[in-house]
Amino acid sequence: MEHRDDIGAKLGMWVFIFTEILLFGGLFLVYAVMRGNYSADFHSAAHHLNAFIGTINTLVLLISSATVAMSITAVQKGHNRFAVLLLFLTLICAAVFMVNKYFEWGHKFSIGLYPGSDLMLTMNHGQVMFFSLYFFMTGLHMFHLVVGGIILTIAMVKVNNGSINSTRYVLLENGGLYWHLVDLIWIFLFPLLYLIT
Amino acid sequence: MTEEKTHHPEPSYLVNTGKHKGLMSWLTSTDHKRIGLMYMYAMMVFFIVGVLLGEIMRLELFRPGQQFYGPQVYNGLFTLHGIIMIFTVVIPGLAAVFGNFSMPIMIGAKDVAFPRLNLFSFYLYILGAAIALTSQFLGNGPPDTGWTFYAPYSIQTHTNVVAAVFGAFVLGFSSILTGLNFIVTMHRMRAPGMTFFKMPLFPWSLYATAWIQVLATPIVGITLLMVIAERWLRIGFFDPALGGDPVLYQHLFWIYSHPAVYIMILPAMGVITEIIPTFSQRRVFGYRAIAISSLAIALVGYFVWAHHMYTSGMSPTARWIFSLLTFLVAVPSAIKVFNWVTTMYKGSIDLKPPFLFALGFIFLFMIGGMTGLTLGALATNIHVHDTAYVVAHFHYIVFGGVGFAFFAAIHYWYPKMYGRMYNFKRANWAFGFLFIGFNLLYFPQFVIGIMGMPRRYYDYLPQYTLGMQLSFFGGILLLIGIILMLTNLFSKKGGKAPDNPWGGRTWEWTIPSPPPLENFDVMPEMGENETPYDYK
Repeated sequence: MEHRDDIGAKLGMWVFIFTEILLFGGLFLVYAVMRGNYSADFHSAAHHLNAFIGTINTLVLLISSATVAMSITAVQKGHNRFAVLLLFLTLICAAVFMVNKYFEWGHKFSIGLYPGSDLMLTMNHGQVMFFSLYFFMTGLHMFHLVVGGIILTIAMVKVNNGSINSTRYVLLENGGLYWHLVDLIWIFLFPLLYLIT
Repeated sequence: MTEEKTHHPEPSYLVNTGKHKGLMSWLTSTDHKRIGLMYMYAMMVFFIVGVLLGEIMRLELFRPGQQFYGPQVYNGLFTLHGIIMIFTVVIPGLAAVFGNFSMPIMIGAKDVAFPRLNLFSFYLYILGAAIALTSQFLGNGPPDTGWTFYAPYSIQTHTNVVAAVFGAFVLGFSSILTGLNFIVTMHRMRAPGMTFFKMPLFPWSLYATAWIQVLATPIVGITLLMVIAERWLRIGFFDPALGGDPVLYQHLFWIYSHPAVYIMILPAMGVITEIIPTFSQRRVFGYRAIAISSLAIALVGYFVWAHHMYTSGMSPTARWIFSLLTFLVAVPSAIKVFNWVTTMYKGSIDLKPPFLFALGFIFLFMIGGMTGLTLGALATNIHVHDTAYVVAHFHYIVFGGVGFAFFAAIHYWYPKMYGRMYNFKRANWAFGFLFIGFNLLYFPQFVIGIMGMPRRYYDYLPQYTLGMQLSFFGGILLLIGIILMLTNLFSKKGGKAPDNPWGGRTWEWTIPSPPPLENFDVMPEMGENETPYDYK
């Protein structure tokens, strides 16, 4: 009775990833247009972002992508305990990322810099746009990070109790694919928001 | 062994075999056929609501001046009519109903690739529709932006735009998941021997549709989220008062919403491509051309969106290119029409109701398509932009095309769905009313549109009175046709349907009517020299 098709499941995840890329693609398009309209304002506003924290977060996410990829290999080779450890490391990285973001956002909020704030109303249109896009894009990215984290947590529990093992691991693979997507989007957000100043 | 099977047939999918009974057994079912039917029932309810809203608008337009209600109510009515008809009826439309019901059987599968995800899509659909409808009752009154939610008005109006927009977002998510499911199903679950170029053409059209759903819908998803963010947080993406760009909104909106037209029409074309060979008893002409033209429509259709925006402010070069692409996308559509007509040539034609509706589709779709070209041409577009001509054009495509194909599909697969026939004579009468009513309703709109009647106005100058009144009477005939058709279909008076009432050759006609839960007793295979349309 049971119908199982791992290739089909992975194909489904890839198709879903395409939709996610286009979801962010719409935002990248808005970013491009607005950068074209207000290049001077974007230039000055980008100086307010902390490139150091951004770099740390980029490194953290890259490491997490490596650990999640390693965990899949570990499961394939039957090293379930090691895989759990690697997945746990991945989740730690996700947590570090979130904590960094908390401080970053928290700092901006504390100086009154958030969408709809009084400070924003006094700034140039282009600067408002930059910060709005910053909050919108990184916010949506964080939402995806949380979703990815939940999927990987489920996968970790399942690796631990053996229902993900060397003969069936498509859930972990799909979780890993999704995690790489989260990573990939950040790889584009980071230079666009932090580095082009 | 086959003898034993006929004595003890598997119970049909309409018989409850699970642990739940009654309504719950439907609401928890992951069977693709049941999900298809649930979409159909929900869609019929929305369709009737949408039709009634349309009739109420026609009532106001019967005479110049205010009759029953003022402009604000009228704005709310056409917005709700648009949201219901576009997002809950024609976009999921044939793919959700007949794609779910027939496609897995036609490719020789027991179900779609992800049955539970399929049920989840259905619930998202219901949820999204419910959210969109609550916009009517909560907040500061019904949205009055039109279904396009054009900025900056959608940012500035005090009506409850957020709920409507969020409902559309959820409906989009449902559409994406259905598309994803179908892509994987068609890649992974075709019967042995059925290569892509041996797949029936309705699944082919769904395949092209599914890619548009997956690749275009997220753009409108993020756009609608930006509208919500703009309303709540005063982020000026689109409102020029806040430094935003309203033309950018139009681009983002149409990047999805033009391909959405192909999400609606491609499955409709697919259904017609099934019906015509069956009732001509002739192999479909130009199989490959039809299959590839579906993909071509999907591909080119992705790049024509800005032809909605010729008057919005764009560089002449951009307008020129978008106009050229618009003309190009008409080519694969015309290829299909030629192939349908050629399939009928020298066939033994059997003028049953599904075929009649299919013929109606071709006629109306051609008028809709041709008038689309006058809109896609730069010079004529400036003249008729935002007039009743546009209203007539897209109703010819969306109702005359998708709607009539939907009716054709119901009449075609109805015996398979319920194991019951319907009364042909009454179905023919219903078709007559629908066809004449439809033309009487929308054709005058072309004329008064050319004369200068703008769309979305609750009042008009006296010279448009005749056209408006003809439309009104057309609307009445159309309503009678719909009632006739539905009462005929749901009267339950037709006799038992044979397994293959039309002499069709695709696989859904090889299994019992109604099909058993797992569709096939013996999983089918396609032989080396077989094709899906082997008529004698």
